Amino acid sequence: MKQLLILSGKGGTGKTTVAAAFIRLAAAKAYGDCDVDAPNLHLVTAQSTELERTDYFGMPKARIDHEICTGCGLCRENCRFDAILQRDGFDTDRFACEGCGVCEVICPVHAIRMEPAIAGELNLYRNPETVFSTAILKTGSGTSGKLVTEVKKQLLKNMYPDTELIVIDGSPGIGCPVIASLSGVDMVLIVAEPSVSGIKDMKRIIETARIFRTRIGVCINKHNTNPVKSEAIEEYCAGEGIPFAGRIPFDRAAVEAINRQMTIADVDCPSGTAVRKVFSQTMKILSSEKEGANL
Amino acid sequence: MNIAIPVDEKCLDSGVCPSFGRTPYFLFYNTITKEEYYLDNSAVAAQGGAGIRAAQVIADHGVKAVLAPRCGENAAEVLKKAEVILYKSITGTARKNIEAFVAEELLPLTDIHQGFHGHEK
Amino acid sequence: MRKSFFRLPIFIRDFMVMRNKGTVVAVLSGKGGTGKTLISVNLARVSGECRYLDCDVEEPNGYLFFKPENPAMEEVTVEIPEVLEAACNGCRKCVDFCRFNAMAFIKEKPYIFPEVCHSCGGCMLLCPEKALVPREKTVGRIEEGKSGEVTVVTGILNVGEASGMPVIKKLTGKYLPDQPGLTFIDCPPGSACTVMESIRKADYCILVAEPTLFGEHNLRMVYDLTGFFKKRSGVVLNKCSDGTNPSEDFCRENHIPVLGRIPFDMTLGILTSDAKIAADEKPEFADLFKDILENLKKEVSDEAALDSER
Repeated sequence: MKQLLILSGKGGTGKTTVAAAFIRLAAAKAYGDCDVDAPNLHLVTAQSTELERTDYFGMPKARIDHEICTGCGLCRENCRFDAILQRDGFDTDRFACEGCGVCEVICPVHAIRMEPAIAGELNLYRNPETVFSTAILKTGSGTSGKLVTEVKKQLLKNMYPDTELIVIDGSPGIGCPVIASLSGVDMVLIVAEPSVSGIKDMKRIIETARIFRTRIGVCINKHNTNPVKSEAIEEYCAGEGIPFAGRIPFDRAAVEAINRQMTIADVDCPSGTAVRKVFSQTMKILSSEKEGANL
Repeated sequence: MNIAIPVDEKCLDSGVCPSFGRTPYFLFYNTITKEEYYLDNSAVAAQGGAGIRAAQVIADHGVKAVLAPRCGENAAEVLKKAEVILYKSITGTARKNIEAFVAEELLPLTDIHQGFHGHEK
Repeated sequence: MRKSFFRLPIFIRDFMVMRNKGTVVAVLSGKGGTGKTLISVNLARVSGECRYLDCDVEEPNGYLFFKPENPAMEEVTVEIPEVLEAACNGCRKCVDFCRFNAMAFIKEKPYIFPEVCHSCGGCMLLCPEKALVPREKTVGRIEEGKSGEVTVVTGILNVGEASGMPVIKKLTGKYLPDQPGLTFIDCPPGSACTVMESIRKADYCILVAEPTLFGEHNLRMVYDLTGFFKKRSGVVLNKCSDGTNPSEDFCRENHIPVLGRIPFDMTLGILTSDAKIAADEKPEFADLFKDILENLKKEVSDEAALDSER
């Protein structure tokens, strides 16, 4: 069983589009969406109705008991996050509260308690042949590597025993959620965008993936939007010894396919043809020897 | 000597958990008396700093060595300061790893990763 | 404002409204890559004298377009604790209190992990021996410079730091003065607390959406967010082409004003991917953004007029 993670660094490069196509082409029996801030994979992968929901708890939030509160204001004075408001008495701003517990411990009359707070929801879809794990963060919650870890744990725990390939749609950025998604992965495919900011972010993601000593591959999406930058990316990969998995053009048919909840591999179009080649190249890299086999 | 291993289940035939900070349980084993006991890992529920918290528990239990497949940098720092030696575990059960440790076949763990730093925001 | 105000022509009303206090416009989207920076940068460019604040402190990109001259730099720091070993009695109250697990207790002494610390100050408050003292730690910086008539203020979070909040709070606190004129805020993607802080002082929100199923889904999320904070919003549809536009449908169904439609255009795409400001390069793009700006001003002045009637 191998785990393939799809990352991009910058948002909007086409991670989910590529991930969905790969899931279709590989007939992957297990897949997950680790972009918990803005999950999209469920929109283009058909799911059965069997859905298991689990509450996800983040940091606790402070609650002030008005019956006990004497209005001394010590909590507000000591809150470093401006999370205690004085309106009709003292109240917590649940969005600003970081759950540190200072108010609870400083209140002279013990009017404040830290209470568990639901920060999101884990979703597990059990289909007859496949299992899909995803999650959604509640609006305003902090993005957390912990929820990403839960999405992966849930997938590994519930997948069918004959699963050969797991495809994971990763989160954008380079922070903790990305690092959490890298754990235990056999290969990272980076979807790069041929732009100044896209290349900047691609390099940072490569740096991060290298720390985990996982196989890396790079493909370019929407390469025809900037042929010069696309060349630069290919040259960079060659220079760094990073296997290049191919190029996918931008094409209108891709957008239409998505809007009809289909993957680009389902439609006969230029990006569909290209993604098939990228897929087969990615599979070659995945089954190669570790530590950057140059194909 | 007291050693600790992150495990998926509360038994010697359990697999070693790939995560140190977020392992469900720790196995504590005394290589001389052969006594074993298990502790639920309180760091599992931590929003952030799980490695530090887990390493703190290990240090508090007077452990001299930890057998794990890998470890984050913060946890490794706590263990180092507490003079707990990290060894790289081998594929197989906790029991197999204990045998390998006693036979002095295990190598020190040098592969310290950046850590997940799964904190908010 | 009296009823006679409304008999004045619109452009004079606009001018009067915007003269009294500054107008802060936040540009946000549910996910990255939709065109927040494209739109906020170009709108700022066609607005004459104005400010552009980059609150996407993890991945600021606006400065790549503006290339501000000789930016002045200010460090952003947070207070984290430091142990005075001589004063410490080893009671462990600090380590046991820390909910972020930023401290460990080894060989009778507390150790602090600065990147994990959230600067809540609790350990320092609790220490019975006053053995924990504050020290400043740099978590990022703010750079301010000019690019033509635009004052470009960029927030940058240092790699490895826990939270962008201190940098964003500094931006919205110190760099958003209550002065006349327009300020555009380029927000972080998503709907986390960093976005909330970025829009906190906004008078109006521009939501950027792509015409795909993903785009509509993400628009919905961010529209809920701005609604929750009672912010008036309008949408700019980006990368439009013929064919279905689920995001536009969403706007229609929910009576959300559409301030503009930016077509999917290869030239625009290449300019942007080369970090060039489209409005500077081609007159048709300048006109496109000027139209959006006019629609924006109209929306904002309507809202101010409504406000005054309450």
